[in-house]
Amino acid sequence: MSTLAPSAPHDLTQVRPLRSRLMPYALLAPAVLVTLFIVFFPMVQAVVTSFYDLVLWKPNASRFVGFGNYIKLLHDPVFWTSLGHTAIWIGLTVPLQMGLGLVAALLLNREFPWRGLARALVIIPWALPSVVIALMWRWIYDPTTGVLNDILLYLSIIHSTVPWLADPHLALYAVIATLTWQGFPFFAVMILAGLQGIPQSQYEAASIDGASTWRQFVHITLPGIAPVLATAGLLRIIWVANSMDVIFVMTGGGPGYATHTLPLYAFIKARQNLDFGYGTAIAVTFTILLGAIVAVYIVRTMREVER
Amino acid sequence: MNKPSTLRRILTTDIPVVFIIMLAMGPFVWMILTSLTPTAQLSASGVSLSPAGWSMDNYIRLLEQTSFLGNMLDSLIIAAGTVVLGLAVSVTAAYALSRFRFPGRKLVMLQFLLVNMFPIVLLILPLFILMRKIGLLDTHLALILANSTVAIPFAVWMLRSYIGAIPRSLDEAAMIDGCSRLQALRRVVLPLAMPGIISTGIYIFITAWNEYLYALTLGGRNVRPVTVAIQTLIGEYQIEWGLLAAGGVVGALPATLLFLLVQRRLIGGLTQGAVKG
Repeated sequence: MSTLAPSAPHDLTQVRPLRSRLMPYALLAPAVLVTLFIVFFPMVQAVVTSFYDLVLWKPNASRFVGFGNYIKLLHDPVFWTSLGHTAIWIGLTVPLQMGLGLVAALLLNREFPWRGLARALVIIPWALPSVVIALMWRWIYDPTTGVLNDILLYLSIIHSTVPWLADPHLALYAVIATLTWQGFPFFAVMILAGLQGIPQSQYEAASIDGASTWRQFVHITLPGIAPVLATAGLLRIIWVANSMDVIFVMTGGGPGYATHTLPLYAFIKARQNLDFGYGTAIAVTFTILLGAIVAVYIVRTMREVER
Repeated sequence: MNKPSTLRRILTTDIPVVFIIMLAMGPFVWMILTSLTPTAQLSASGVSLSPAGWSMDNYIRLLEQTSFLGNMLDSLIIAAGTVVLGLAVSVTAAYALSRFRFPGRKLVMLQFLLVNMFPIVLLILPLFILMRKIGLLDTHLALILANSTVAIPFAVWMLRSYIGAIPRSLDEAAMIDGCSRLQALRRVVLPLAMPGIISTGIYIFITAWNEYLYALTLGGRNVRPVTVAIQTLIGEYQIEWGLLAAGGVVGALPATLLFLLVQRRLIGGLTQGAVKG
């Protein structure tokens, strides 16, 4: 059986078969080995750890508990709260980012003299470190000196200062607003690229046929950017689900458990209680839940790559 | 189609775009203004909007009274190290994936794609245990390795598409002229892929520079990158917003400038496929 695809008949493999056949593996080896060591090995370790009762400051007390951590998880109210928050977190952030990104992309796709500058500036939030973003928004949300309260008071939208991040009913939504701000440029840029791929002639034909702007949007623009929206949306769901640095710096999961999402809960358990067994059990559970979305994305991407 | 008048364009395009840009830039501009307002004034009358009230006070304090420059150096070592490690192992891998068809190819590509999707929280806990065991905790190398978990898969995918765009016939011609595979890679493919390699490298640099959770967990005392150091600027009894904002501006500057420099080419690559946001 030949290892060569028919598409590469001129490959020199025919001259020096064995050496050339091993060549791709040799070229891949460094990257694969490093990845095995820093990703797959730790990941297996994580799964193993999740079956142990491992608290880092008493390593000798470590013992095998089987599915103990997972059973404990099912009876842990904070787990269910965090799961609910994760759903709200993804369910609100991604559509908001996408909506705002779409509006921005449509505007930036129009013709105006400073378009290049505007396109460059709109991406700024994306390039900023999460910590800086989180601290910046804490300052904006600050109940006594924050600018958001000042503006809203001035506009008479609110009548007394609102403790955005200290109110358990508001904190999650305040962080979601921040994340929306951080992530919408990503959508704008992706959608903009999709928009530029739609041939201008389609719009011209439609407007000759008398189609309104709205109908052009629904029948030309939306189908044209649908693949981009799907890819970007999937990527973003995964990314938003995983992202916890902004919440961690803004609220640390508080007040109470008001802004706990699953990955954050796992991180806090391990970091503050040094309860690595239980923490990794949460992380593994979260990964499995996220796996479904990852699978959809991977199937799509692999299909595109192999076209 | 008739061209819309300038006034109409300003009303329907320029003004809405200004709003979007203000939304995107506003918080960062606010932070810059905060960093320019001296602390005493900040607590008395708030952020100064006019240049008359500005001073470099916070920046001077940042550089003189804190170890911020040292932290910048830590960040630089880690980010540059991640770029070097990430690119060194990825270039050949990307070349193999784009030029050869071999058993297991799909599996390897799948592996790199999958790795990019892993929740960081799943890796951060076992990596902490691993680094502690082999005594790497709180070293630059630990953070370089940790950042490579993201950088390598990313670089492999990006470079695969850049190298894939270079015609195969070029390396075949070189080999007919007597080059070996590796010579063809080094002398023909690498120079042509250089723009792609540079933008991939810059993207890795930015993400490694901005990374926070690994830095917090695996670093901390001896090695403290800016993202972690900024947090320590929070005063003990009262949050020093001016100083914090100055740290935020300085810490964000290298990545932001680099980003603006390469954004156009990067976006082309990013929109083609599998990339972490």
